[in-house]
Amino acid sequence: MKRYVQKLGMFLLLLGSWELLTRVGVWSPHLFPGPLTVAKSLVAMVGDGRLAEATLRSLGRLGRAYLMSVAIGVPLGLLMARLAFFRNAVKPVVSGLQALPSICWLPLALLWFGLTDSAILFVVVMGSVLAIAIATEDSVNGVDPQLVRVASTLGVKGMRFQLGVMLPAALPGIVTGLKLGWSFAWRALLAGELLFVSGGLGQLLTVGRELMDVAQVMAVMVAIILIGMTVDRVLFQTVEGKLRRRWGLTNAV
Amino acid sequence: MLRALLGRWRSSLRLLRPAHVEPERAKISVAQLGHQYANKVVALQNVDLNVRSGEFVCLLGPSGCGKSTLLYALAGQVTPTGGTVRIDGKAIRGPGPERLLMFQEAALFPWLTVRGNITFALGAKGVPRSERRERADMYIRRVQLTGFEDTLPHQLSGGMKMRASLARALAMDPTVLLMDEPFGSLDAQTRIHMQELLQSIWLRTGKTVVFVTHDVHEALMLGTRVVLMAPRPGRVVSDLEVHLPMPRKPEDAGLNEMVRHLRGLLRDVEEPARAEAATHRVPERPAARPTLPAHGMPRPAR
Repeated sequence: MKRYVQKLGMFLLLLGSWELLTRVGVWSPHLFPGPLTVAKSLVAMVGDGRLAEATLRSLGRLGRAYLMSVAIGVPLGLLMARLAFFRNAVKPVVSGLQALPSICWLPLALLWFGLTDSAILFVVVMGSVLAIAIATEDSVNGVDPQLVRVASTLGVKGMRFQLGVMLPAALPGIVTGLKLGWSFAWRALLAGELLFVSGGLGQLLTVGRELMDVAQVMAVMVAIILIGMTVDRVLFQTVEGKLRRRWGLTNAV
Repeated sequence: MLRALLGRWRSSLRLLRPAHVEPERAKISVAQLGHQYANKVVALQNVDLNVRSGEFVCLLGPSGCGKSTLLYALAGQVTPTGGTVRIDGKAIRGPGPERLLMFQEAALFPWLTVRGNITFALGAKGVPRSERRERADMYIRRVQLTGFEDTLPHQLSGGMKMRASLARALAMDPTVLLMDEPFGSLDAQTRIHMQELLQSIWLRTGKTVVFVTHDVHEALMLGTRVVLMAPRPGRVVSDLEVHLPMPRKPEDAGLNEMVRHLRGLLRDVEEPARAEAATHRVPERPAARPTLPAHGMPRPAR
């Protein structure tokens, strides 16, 4: 209870000081609108369906790209952890590419795919697949050796060992990797959408800038924060929390 | 002379007799076993050990005497650098479920319930799906964990985890059960309970057990045979059969007399090693404290 009061207090304080700053009028209200103006703009965008359409479009793209990342990243991570060739030859390449910020893939993607959805999907996949692969590999390597020894003494071998011992033992780490991959994908998506017009949350931001509608820009920023937080909270933290409790990794029983 | 003999006859030490098992009649036969780790530490040297079927053998000794290495060689987790290990006349190769190894930690799969841990292991053994649950529940009953079938390992106490681990091991029905200080991390009370439980199960099933411990009392409480080992290099110094009736009670006077006797033997085993270690150290480090040996002290029995 106390936590919620503190949270709410901090939130109100922020809004209050924002409103105060606008009222003082240091900056022009066109460049620095108050929270009420931003809220009105947000409501207007929700009202005429622009926000919903853009959100659906962005999330649809994100969903497709993220599924592809998971489908490639998790197996790639498992291979890097289990097979010597992948560990020796593929892993350095993956770690090297990981040093490249995902948006740097955009020029290449535009040349290869043109001004299409595929270009953005490519950027998002490149932004998250490596992180997922590396996190998966880490968590497989971090499996308690005692469990591996126990499996061998119990005679658990082959697929039963891979799917019944290695995978569940690595699962909490893999889910953390998936969460990380999701936040990378989310960033890459918006960066990609901002840089070329494509109909999505990024485009709403660009349009706001072009029309000098600061309230709209801020409103879209708020919407992006809210969407990001919701997915993180609702999807990942619930799954991760459940998993960690079942695995006995948290103290709370 | 006569009095001494009479005293010896009265004392329960007459129940400790040297063991002689011929290799042909042994279930487990270890011959001239030697093992040297990559860091040149000689963990085992010329170890011979023959174990009959149905015996409960305790490998007893201070840390560094190679008792765990010997056990791991039996389990197939360690490939010894010399000598042979045979079970039923066949040289062992790698780990196998007929020689089940239990660790100091319960090592349950944390995402599976107590029953799930057992049925998963039974699945690996090839037991049909329809029989697994029933068999799991039977062994859960046997280790007195009824009511905790659907509990996850992290919700169990240390002793209960160990019992679940024991149930899993028994359900696999191995011909040889290898235990590496399985009760070492439990508190004194739980430990006694687990020893009594293990003894009653052993009496009922008659499995061949090789049990590693550094606790003299535990070894005499459980073993039909106690193999005393010494460090640097790891070797067997004495192999005694314990003719004390079962089930044994931890406070039994005869048992405690044997404990004192074996502690004495253990100390003798330790002394030369300690003296040697001290002389080795003197030229390099004159300020070495001989009163505090760095390692190899036998831990007091709980």
